[in-house]
Order: sequence, then structure tokens, then C-alpha cells
Amino acid sequence: MGDVLQQAVEFMGDPGRWSFTEPGGIPYRIVEHLWLTLAAMLVATILTLPPAVWLAHHHRAEALASSIVNIGRAIPSFGLIILFWLIASRNGISSNWALIAALVALAIPPIFTNAYTGVAEVDPALVESARGQGLTDRQLLFDVELPLGTEVILTGIRVAMVQVIATVGIGAIVFNGGGLGRFIIDGFAKGPAGYGEVVVGAVLLAVLVLVAEGLFSAAMRRFVPRGLQGRHVPDEIEAAVA
Amino acid sequence: MNALVMLGQERPLVDWTWIADNLPLIWDATLEHITLTVVSVGLGMAVSLLLTIAALRWRWMYGGILAVGGILYSIPSLAALAFLVPLFGIGATAAVITLATYTVLILVRNIMTGLDGVSEDTIEAARGQGYTERQVLLGVQIPLALPVMMAGLRVATVTVIGLVTVTALIGQGGLGQLILTGVRLLPPLPVMIVVGTVLSVVLAIVFDLALLGLGKLLTPWTRSQRSA
Repeated sequence: MGDVLQQAVEFMGDPGRWSFTEPGGIPYRIVEHLWLTLAAMLVATILTLPPAVWLAHHHRAEALASSIVNIGRAIPSFGLIILFWLIASRNGISSNWALIAALVALAIPPIFTNAYTGVAEVDPALVESARGQGLTDRQLLFDVELPLGTEVILTGIRVAMVQVIATVGIGAIVFNGGGLGRFIIDGFAKGPAGYGEVVVGAVLLAVLVLVAEGLFSAAMRRFVPRGLQGRHVPDEIEAAVA
Repeated sequence: MNALVMLGQERPLVDWTWIADNLPLIWDATLEHITLTVVSVGLGMAVSLLLTIAALRWRWMYGGILAVGGILYSIPSLAALAFLVPLFGIGATAAVITLATYTVLILVRNIMTGLDGVSEDTIEAARGQGYTERQVLLGVQIPLALPVMMAGLRVATVTVIGLVTVTALIGQGGLGQLILTGVRLLPPLPVMIVVGTVLSVVLAIVFDLALLGLGKLLTPWTRSQRSA
């Protein structure tokens, strides 16, 4: 273990390690990790929220909503990333886009299921009284269902984000990018001599996930109106891991 | 053109001849996948039961267990492996501990939710019939909590089956080993990647359904309720 710490210190002592522009730099890899995550989350959210909310508002495709999260959990992110890489490289597509596409595919299930649940499971009595007060369909969706669903919807986005950050690292196996996963994969490739690099990469990756998750939760508490907080999020839906 | 050949342009995604010729290899990888899953979920279950027993006795521990479980749950499997390999070396130990880690949050939460879901009236009725505390727990609370516990076990198992592939990086991985070998061959062998990924999904579905069936067998009263 002492050896590993020694290695880790040496690894971090490399002058190029603190560069924003060199591929060996920790800041460079953090920035890469964040933009890959952000790009995938933006695309996944934009693609998923409108259909999920629409279907939930009309209470359609309930079976799809409950099975999509199970399907997402059963698909190994490791295999999916590599399949996307394979298919993309056969078609001459730049590798970062293939990685983002794989990340989007993994982010969709938790976002979809939570958005659906958040909107569909608003208390029927509230929906009924809103209709009774003469709210139009559109007003019901935007003034009642969406506000009350906000917290559950955002939780889905948070869960997806945690999964995406984790999976970016796995991307380092086949892609030149892979953010902080780069250090872990490259370190493993060097055998015991690379354990220092592996541990540095692991600490940074773990901290990145926990900080991102913490900031997201803090932002939710800060910006979601108090009255809309504390709705029960079904446990099973929260679960996603990579 | 050369680069494209390198990437396996001419090799089909599904190559039945390769599959037929390599059935023993595929079978071994599948068995390893199942072994890693069962051992990891078993370890996770043992730890979770101990933690739940502790949390039942000392209620204040429950929040702490969930908080720590939540943090462990968020840590990427890649990072967890990377922490454990310097400690335990390349091998099954690091893989199993990593995989078991991800089951604890799900299992503890479901066991507790299940036990808490048993109505106070039912427990009172059992006590009134002269059940001891131990009999109430073993004969009433646990059986009634089984559906929720089994739901947790299913989620944990499916999660682990997906994660096992990642442990290919440290020489384990079951079907993940097929995927990784398929990538590392020059040129890559797409059929290995496809077979590894597809079989992993199939395993997840088979285990999910098997546990669903087992749960129904263990709780016959939920079936009769549904048909009534």
C-alpha cells in the first residue's frame, strides 16, 4: 500500500499532470468528463421528457414506463459502450459522438420512468378538482401535473447523471476520451506499476460523482419551491448503477 | 481502407459458425458470470441481513446505513474496482466485494420497508395469540415482508448481472471477458462482443423471472389474493 501511495504522489508530481490542454492532464480529463456528461444529459433529457410527459398526461403506455427501467438495468453498460464503438467505427463516425450516443441510451430509462411516474401519479383527487374548477387540459398539465411532478422528474435526471458520469469512465476502454476513466484504464494496463495512477483516477472519479450528485441535490432543495418538495419517490425507480 | 479492416469491417456481427465452434468457451464464460453473480449477491445478502438486524435493534443506525449505502451505490464500479485492486490484487476477491457493495443499499432498504409494511394490528394479533417476539419476527413479519424483500433481491441480482461484465478489466467478468477479448483481438471480433452483451441481458431476464417465480412459490397467499 505504501508503494501505491508513493506511485500516486509521483504520478501527481508530473508537471504535465496539471495541464488543461495536455491529454495527460487531470484538469483536461475533468473538463472532458464534464462536457461528455453534459452533452449526453442534454440530448437524453430533450429526447425523453416530452414523450414521457405526454404519455403520462394521457395515461398511455403504462407497461412501457414500468418495464423500460428494468430493461435499462439489464443492459450491461460495458457491452453497450463497446457495441456502439464497434458499430460507429465501422461506419467511420468520430468516436466521441459514438460514446455520447451510448451514454444517451443509458440515460434515457431512468429519466423516462421518473418523468412518467412524476406526472402520472399526481393525486387523482387533485387532478379531478383541477378539472372541476374548469382548468383546460393544457392548464392541468402545466399548472398542476408538471409542478407536482418536478421533484420526481429531477430525481430521474439526477440518477441518470450519476450513471452517465460513471459510464464515461468505462468509455476509456475503447475510446481515446473517457475523461477520468483514462487514468484507471491506462493504470490497469501497466499492471502493479500503474496502481498509483489507478487510485488517483478512482479517487477523482468518485469525488466527481459525489460532488455532482451533492450539487444537484442542493440545487433541487434550493430551487424547487418548498411546497413541491417531499413527494414520495418510489424506491425502485431511483435505482440505477454503472 | 486499412483502418477499416483493422476494425473488423469484414467480420459479421452475428457469426453462427464462430458461435457453434466456441460453445464451450461461451458456456464457461456464462458459468463464471453466474458464479460471480450468486457469490456477490449472497455476500451482499448476508451483510444486509446483519445490518438490518442491527438496525432493528438500534433504530438510529438505519439512517447511517442508508447514507453510507447511498454513497457506495453512487461510486462508479470502475472506481470501486480501482480502489480494491491495490488492496486485494487482481482477482475474484476485489470483483466480488465491488459487486456485493451495490446490493447492500437495495437489499437493506427493501428488507426494512418490507418489515415496516407489516401492519401493527397483525403483529398485535400474533402477540395476543401468545407468539414470542422471535416467533412474531420469524413467523409473521418476515413472511409478510417477503414480497418486498424478493423485489429487492430481483433488482439487486439484475444490477449485479449487468455489472459483472465490468470486472473483466481485472481478469474476471464472465461474459464481460468475451466482450473484452472481442475488442482486444486484432482485428476485433464483433461476434464475441455481441454474444457477451446479449447473453448478459438474457441472464438478467432469466434470473429476474426465476426469482419472480420463486417469490410466488414462497408466498402462495399473495397468489390466491390476486385471483380472488
